[in-house]
Amino acid sequence: MSTGHRDVVVAGLADLRERERVVVEVDGLELGVYLHAGEVRAWHNVCPHQGGPVCQGKIMPRTIQPLRDDRKSAGPAFHPADRNIVCPWHGFEFDILTGRHPAHSGVGLRPIPVRVEGDEVIVTI
Amino acid sequence: MPDFPTPRSDGPRIRELAEIGGRSDTRDVLAHATKQAQREYDDYFIVDIDAHVSEDHFWGEVLERIDNDVWRHIGMDQFGKFAGNNALLNIQPGMSHQSVGGRIGHQGRKEPMDGESGHPFVTAARRGMDAMGLDYQVVFPSAMLLLGMHPQDEVEVVLGRAFNRWLTEVVLRQDDRLKGMLYLPYNTPEVCEELVEKYADDEGIIGYTVCSTRNNPVHSDVYTRLYKLIEASGKPLAFHSGYHWGDPSFAQLNRFLSMHALSFTHYNQIHVTNWIINAMPERFPDIKMVWVESGLAWIPFLMQRLDHEVLMRPSEAPGLTRLPSEYMKEMWYTSQPMERTSMELLEAGMKAFNAETQLLYSSDWPHWDWDAPSTITRLPFLSEQAKRNILGLNAARVFNLPTDRRKPAATSVLQQRPGIS
Ligand code: FES
Repeated sequence: MSTGHRDVVVAGLADLRERERVVVEVDGLELGVYLHAGEVRAWHNVCPHQGGPVCQGKIMPRTIQPLRDDRKSAGPAFHPADRNIVCPWHGFEFDILTGRHPAHSGVGLRPIPVRVEGDEVIVTI
Repeated sequence: MPDFPTPRSDGPRIRELAEIGGRSDTRDVLAHATKQAQREYDDYFIVDIDAHVSEDHFWGEVLERIDNDVWRHIGMDQFGKFAGNNALLNIQPGMSHQSVGGRIGHQGRKEPMDGESGHPFVTAARRGMDAMGLDYQVVFPSAMLLLGMHPQDEVEVVLGRAFNRWLTEVVLRQDDRLKGMLYLPYNTPEVCEELVEKYADDEGIIGYTVCSTRNNPVHSDVYTRLYKLIEASGKPLAFHSGYHWGDPSFAQLNRFLSMHALSFTHYNQIHVTNWIINAMPERFPDIKMVWVESGLAWIPFLMQRLDHEVLMRPSEAPGLTRLPSEYMKEMWYTSQPMERTSMELLEAGMKAFNAETQLLYSSDWPHWDWDAPSTITRLPFLSEQAKRNILGLNAARVFNLPTDRRKPAATSVLQQRPGIS
């Protein structure tokens, strides 16, 4: 096991663009890489709740509660742009781009540095 | 495994992990729990007091064991035509929101069992036990949890009898790490008595369960003979809570979240209150009472609330010689779903009811809000001994279970299947 940080290519950009997400284990470290709204993010595949495989859950639009002009509820709706990662163990949700839980800003995913060079998606671990 | 670009670093081993869904192998869904076991509690003796049979997946096997020709005919007819796994039951499929619209992928498991011998339920349960590091698991029904609200008492009776036969003849025989609580059709006390006597010597049956979601007053004299039989058996009586949208008060709630938060605690609070205020602990002092699946936050509330009332109105609880909280400290509670957003409150609550000796770990696997054993090992305020008691040693005392190791090592579970989905 090396001690310093190192760069690892974990996906091709075209592949990630098509699939939105790739979850991999790199030498024992599990992480999910996401492409959304033109941005790339990488998160540890460990949920802050009970340590579940959060990146192996679904990607869902964030559910919002719009109000009509008279402040009556317009019923639940899907946010047109925001996407959440949903942990498959118990349903905690996290914004793909910020990693934060929608109801508790203190609960969030742990980031991993990630960048795109040419057609390669590279994480630093 | 996709074709990854050639790595530019020193040749890392990259493995793709797939999305988790209802068909994922239990060992893949729980691979992180196995890693937790490997790191944190592989040498603990662990008993899971509340996991679920998902008997509805094998509902035809239960229905064909109904001992009444007419009800078996009706059940099988419904099963084959329109009701399927809901035949004869009173659950409302359109109001089953547990998976949050499919977001919680593992809820409603349908994993393939290709190449495995033995009953698929037993195979799935064994995978779960091994993956979580459990020595024993006590299985409860799922779809039958609401049968106490079924308008036809005789349906509860025939289904209760059939389920007990299926549980003991099919499931528990195949793996002695699995244990069961006898389903008591509590709306019909004389059948409960008959079943307690009938299964007195069954090794797989380690207690009796009443599904709490019902309106029966537990102190009613119609249960006197039943309680005497249970007390004599030495096996515990567990009340397993649930939800019921048909209860008029709960009809105000518009989200499953709200229902789940209140309903599970509601029924067990009512039954505990009746049990204590009517002095049942004085009348049946040797019944071991276990309260299942209501979390823990309600316990200190009810202790304080009942003590407060009894001090002001002792003439309404004339059978008591101690405060309600003293009786509550002698009952047992299962841990799941354990509320942990405030460690201060949880610690105080656990102290209030002597969790060190009275709390029993439960997973509720494979339901959506299950708890891994790490929910106990990671509590910062518990001593090592308290953790070992809660995870298994308390259960061994209550249920008379031997404490020798029964599970495989977490390392070998991970070697066999490292979690890929
Ligand atoms: S572990 Fe992720 S929601 Fe519980």
